Amino acid sequence: MPGTHQVSIRINGVEVKADVEPRLLLVHFIRETAGLTGTHIGCDTSSCGACTVLLNGRPIKSCTAFAVQADGAEVSTVEGLNRDGQMHPIQEGFHQEHGLQCGFCTPGMMMSARALLDKNPKPDEQEIRWAIAGNLCRCTGYQNIVNAIQYASKKMTEGAAA
Amino acid sequence: MVPASFEYLRPSTLSEAVSLLSEKGDEAKIISGGQSLIPMMKFRLSRPACLIDINRIPNLEYIKEEDGYLKIGGLTREAELESSHLVRSKFPILHDTSFVIADAQVRNLATVGGNLAHGDPANDHPATMLALNAEIVATGPQGERVIPIHEFFVSIFTTALRPDEILTEIRIPSRNSRNGGAYLKVERKVGDYATAGVAVQLSLQDRDQIERAGIGLTNVGPTPIKANRAEAFLQGKMLDDENMDQAARLASEEAQPNSDLRGPAEYKTALVKELTRRALRRALERARQ
Ligand SMILES: Cc1cc2nc3c(=O)[nH]c(=O)nc-3n(C[C@H](O)[C@H](O)[C@H](O)COP(=O)(O)OP(=O)(O)OC[C@H]3O[C@@H](n4cnc5c(N)ncnc54)[C@H](O)[C@@H]3O)c2cc1C
Ligand code: FES
Ligand code: FES
Repeated sequence: MPGTHQVSIRINGVEVKADVEPRLLLVHFIRETAGLTGTHIGCDTSSCGACTVLLNGRPIKSCTAFAVQADGAEVSTVEGLNRDGQMHPIQEGFHQEHGLQCGFCTPGMMMSARALLDKNPKPDEQEIRWAIAGNLCRCTGYQNIVNAIQYASKKMTEGAAA
Repeated sequence: MVPASFEYLRPSTLSEAVSLLSEKGDEAKIISGGQSLIPMMKFRLSRPACLIDINRIPNLEYIKEEDGYLKIGGLTREAELESSHLVRSKFPILHDTSFVIADAQVRNLATVGGNLAHGDPANDHPATMLALNAEIVATGPQGERVIPIHEFFVSIFTTALRPDEILTEIRIPSRNSRNGGAYLKVERKVGDYATAGVAVQLSLQDRDQIERAGIGLTNVGPTPIKANRAEAFLQGKMLDDENMDQAARLASEEAQPNSDLRGPAEYKTALVKELTRRALRRALERARQ
């Protein structure tokens, strides 16, 4: 029987250490070991993007990576978006623009949006749609999600200019 | 879904990885991006007893021009190809290809080496590398050997790599003459595998006769297909409408598609014909620029 491995992953700036089996998926490490259930499991077959988190700043599907591979890495999840009880502009955008209905896709959508805006603070609509192409939403028809990300982009760039 | 248990090894040098591979033999598999392997392990279509993670081996992620080649490190991510200026300006066909592979999340992990080593006829890079006449560098216990791409794809999910070899580099000959290429794919939705895809790379002589044409086909047979007859037909010809039609017809005859959820075989054959025509036209435009 293959043994366990000691891994240490910084999730939203907090170090989480555990002994894990190599086959433990990153999404289960996040949800069960770290207890952060904001990251969702939708399809479990690498298709829907509900499990999207940032690994060293880049969006990946956490149902398609092993926790052992993320040993020593920085992971960001939806729980890390707010600051001091204040909603992040992306969260505010989803709230203001009705960017969600059931909310199942929302944590993954927000993390893809975050990665996009970190790299490209003023994306056009095409760039936004391209960045969220790996995130499926069965409710909204996407338009309000695009509006929400545009709202966040505006708020963040204006904030930076001020 | 939970994959079967496995032993996890994470070598920090290439030579260590190669010795681990030879030691473990058939039981072991390399994991690079994991974007094909992990889904297969979750479905238990693959149950390796041991995974050798090559992601922490330094100096395997690069895109550079050297000794008359564009050299791509085996671990280079799709996202890197997508954003590389060198690729975009000199080998737009590679940018076309990365751009239509999966989605942003998958491209951040998926590697070009893994895309080829997986030997999946549905993957997009094989057709492009066939069109570009690439060479594969494999590193094993005896050192490096170079495999021409047309000998690389042996059968479905099987390549010319030996069980103890790691794909460490892809070399694409840079040509002095005017050349251009394009990759076109029809997919049901963003992120889907190709219903059919066609890669074309052309080198032109002074008066626009074709010096060399490379044509690769995606997901229309048990392996990626090199359209040899269409390539041979085009050599030395001018690319007028008539020759374009004839080459497209030859390429479609070389496809061996099956009917499946993505469409009937006849439809896929017709797609190959039309995509070949369009890819030839775009490659010609780019070669003339
Ligand atoms: C939702 C989704 C959609 C996708 N859509 C597409 C698509 O449209 N087009 C497309 O082309 N691909 C697509 N893919 C596949 C993706 O591009 C894979 O990443 C790629 O096929 C394999 O690369 P990898 O680095 O992830 O390899 P892995 O999954 O790590 O490995 C795949 C296989 O190759 C072997 N291997 C990997 N690297 C090496 C190496 N350096 N040397 C020797 N053997 C090696 C492994 O042992 C394994 O058998 C998709 C994947 C997903 C999850
Ligand atoms: S749960 Fe990971 S992609 Fe759907
Ligand atoms: S809000 Fe329900 S899936 Fe997107």
